[in-house]
Amino acid sequence: MTLTPSRRGFLKGAAATVAALYVGARPDGALASASSEAALNPFVKIDAGGNVTAIVKHFEKGQGTATGLPTLIAEEIGLRMDQITYDFAPSNNELYKNLLFGMQGTGGSTAMPNSFMQYRQAGAAAREMLIQAAANTWGVDASELDIVEGVVTGAGQSAPLGDFVAAAAQLEAPAEPRLRDPSEWKLIGNPGVKRTDSAIKGNGKALYAMDLHLENHMVAVIARPDQVGALAQSFDDSAAKDVKGYIMSAVLPNQAGVAVYGENTWAAIQAREAVTVEWDTSAAETRSSDDIKAEIMNALDAEPTYNVAQTDHAEISATIDGAARVVENTFYFPLLAHAPMEPLNCTIEQTAEGDIVLHDGCQFPAGPHMAMAEIFQLPMEKVHIKTMLAGGSFGRRATPTADYQVEASLAFVVTDRSRPVKLVWTREDDIRGGYYRPAFGHRVRVGLNDAGEIVGWEHRIAGQSIMKGTAFESFAVHDGVDHSSIEGTVDTPYQIPNGFFGLTDTPKATSTLWWRSVGHTHTAYVMEVMMDAAAKAAGRDPVEFRLSYLTGSPDAERKAGVLKLAAEKAGWGRAPAGRSQGIAVHKSFGSYVAEVVEVSGTAEEGVKIEKITAAVDCGIAVNPDIVTAQIEGGIGYGIGAAMRDEVTLTDGVVDQYNFPDYEPLRIGDIGAIEVHIVASQEAPTGIGEPGTPPAAPALANAIANASTLVTALPMISNGVEFA
Amino acid sequence: MSFNLNLNGKTHEVDAEPGTPLLWVIRDELKLTGTKFGCGVASCGACTVHLDGAPVRSCQTYIDDVEDAEITTIEAIEEDKVGAALQQAWVELDVVQCGYCQSGQIMSAVGLLKENPKPTAQEVDDYMWGNACRCATYQRIRAGVLRAAEILEA
Repeated sequence: MTLTPSRRGFLKGAAATVAALYVGARPDGALASASSEAALNPFVKIDAGGNVTAIVKHFEKGQGTATGLPTLIAEEIGLRMDQITYDFAPSNNELYKNLLFGMQGTGGSTAMPNSFMQYRQAGAAAREMLIQAAANTWGVDASELDIVEGVVTGAGQSAPLGDFVAAAAQLEAPAEPRLRDPSEWKLIGNPGVKRTDSAIKGNGKALYAMDLHLENHMVAVIARPDQVGALAQSFDDSAAKDVKGYIMSAVLPNQAGVAVYGENTWAAIQAREAVTVEWDTSAAETRSSDDIKAEIMNALDAEPTYNVAQTDHAEISATIDGAARVVENTFYFPLLAHAPMEPLNCTIEQTAEGDIVLHDGCQFPAGPHMAMAEIFQLPMEKVHIKTMLAGGSFGRRATPTADYQVEASLAFVVTDRSRPVKLVWTREDDIRGGYYRPAFGHRVRVGLNDAGEIVGWEHRIAGQSIMKGTAFESFAVHDGVDHSSIEGTVDTPYQIPNGFFGLTDTPKATSTLWWRSVGHTHTAYVMEVMMDAAAKAAGRDPVEFRLSYLTGSPDAERKAGVLKLAAEKAGWGRAPAGRSQGIAVHKSFGSYVAEVVEVSGTAEEGVKIEKITAAVDCGIAVNPDIVTAQIEGGIGYGIGAAMRDEVTLTDGVVDQYNFPDYEPLRIGDIGAIEVHIVASQEAPTGIGEPGTPPAAPALANAIANASTLVTALPMISNGVEFA
Repeated sequence: MSFNLNLNGKTHEVDAEPGTPLLWVIRDELKLTGTKFGCGVASCGACTVHLDGAPVRSCQTYIDDVEDAEITTIEAIEEDKVGAALQQAWVELDVVQCGYCQSGQIMSAVGLLKENPKPTAQEVDDYMWGNACRCATYQRIRAGVLRAAEILEA
């Protein structure tokens, strides 16, 4: 996989007479331009008035795509940020595909890495066409001109770029537009570039899918089974008929539940309370989370199914047995819900022409687009997705099954389709609704010699595969190994000698899903807690110990770089009296992040997180303030879950309901966060997820240094009190 | 049943069942969608509005109980100088990420600064505890409230 899309082919232009300029890519990836929208789905459009709009192919869930992608276009054209607006791209898997996935969608912290060259090239092509048009008009050489703050200028001339839109639209897009040199950058890397969505998100004007009220819509909520996997047989809605605004109920065609329709949200929610459903529980889940945990722990006792690194397990095991000192720990990580702030929802309508339109904070248009074409038996071009702002995701909105869009489609398909249907999930639906971060167990033995050096690392992992049985299997599963189960271990930049990494898949327990940073949610914890435990056993400083395994490759050295920077900025080893520090460093999604957590108190008396210092190397930080914000938020997301979140099941029924028993991180939980960015000219790498993995192990190491080593999460269920 | 609501300085006649949460009247009947549905059990604060100038969770406030009150939602808070200062601070510091909780954060913060114009960081944390943000923008929320206090003092 490459982070830098290749420039392919030459550019085809399109001639027409409408005075607007559109620049984008053709399905083969080549840049192209057109003078009407019908001819091209563009990345940038410039109307006759010179108004520039970036077409953003990645949805905005808070991670900053609606700022970052327009920034690339503005930089290359030569605009201030207040001279560009944005629209979200329509669903078009060919033209707006994620270059790293081959289909349209956002995830894996890829929005900037896969767009960086593509959007700059589109902006640069638009700039060159506008400049050429101006050069032709003025009878000067294009090389004398540039665009500065929206004005074409040079050779003693100057005019707003809008003056040249009509003429530029007649030109062919350049095959290889010149990208601005980093020395020319005014916006990329500028910490003063503001988010484009701050004002509307602070005054209530931002529109999320939950805020859509199509005329005459019905609101549907789904009566769901308590037991995972039970099937709806029939229902009795006689009591619901007393609820004002109740319309009807219908068993979903897949029997996953009963759709209850109301004139408004409250009517639907009230009516659902009054509907009773007959469930077939013969194929439903009956296990409890204790059973799931036992399966995982038993799997750790057996020889792993997959020897991931193809090393000699017996020999490595013997080496560790014979080591001067052995450090061994067994870890357990529970099921986790994502709980984005905006509960899942979407609206489906049918147009007069019979097209189907989905309005959704849509993370992965490719999935629902295909699923809906199938459900409605329509060609792809008759199904449209209108992407709206999304109130968070953390992975939940991108499911291989397009789960909630399919649910909405089924709730729509059973109606006469005369009224749009808005599907609304309540928070209880969300917490109890599956698609959890799977539970995982790890057991690690590390052997140390007399000099305090690692002589062997034996690492067993067991848990439920996320990718197997999904459309992503061919992408993520190789030789039986689901990469998302082991990422962050065998591929660590640490130069660890004699490593054995074994994986065993455990049986399906619930529907599972990637959760912000996927496998790194548990692997980073294990790697970094074990590095600390090994350093301690070796009598060495945790930073010095790690650095001794981070030499010999650019990868290891970048990881060492953030480790050293975080340690320096945090005052590593010089914690004030009564404070204890813990450190962790991890590479994920191409980026390197180190974090130092400073706590007061003890596990018994109550831990308070006083301060967190982070260092990040994500290549070029296109928007340093958004990079900082993503690290801040990634830390909070990881720490909150590690402190007190888990989904448990009793006899196949989820025990938690809502925030009171799936308690989110609160404002007072973390004192202060400081983020330092490593200056870099490398291509941008991920930023939405990499802040999360080191946070929990850094906290665990701080608590271990003060009192107790925590090897099972959440911490509050495993011996840690928080002040 | 018909109710008269005094909301954002205007009287609105709405048809709703007794016992309907104010949240759903504001969102579904008045179509003011800045007030958000997050949990429905007063546990996240996304639905925070003002009743006679004090923050309440509109998901647990019922229409039967608010006919005599002045209700303010995020859509009108810029007319309040404390609300305007918070909105300014939110933009200055780019507090938001997904933004879904931020109406409620600002509505709560207005309540705090009216009670306590110069809060300490600890007092911000104590007051804002009930407003959840899954993006964990807390660091900036805290800074935003303190910055708004500065703006108001100037």
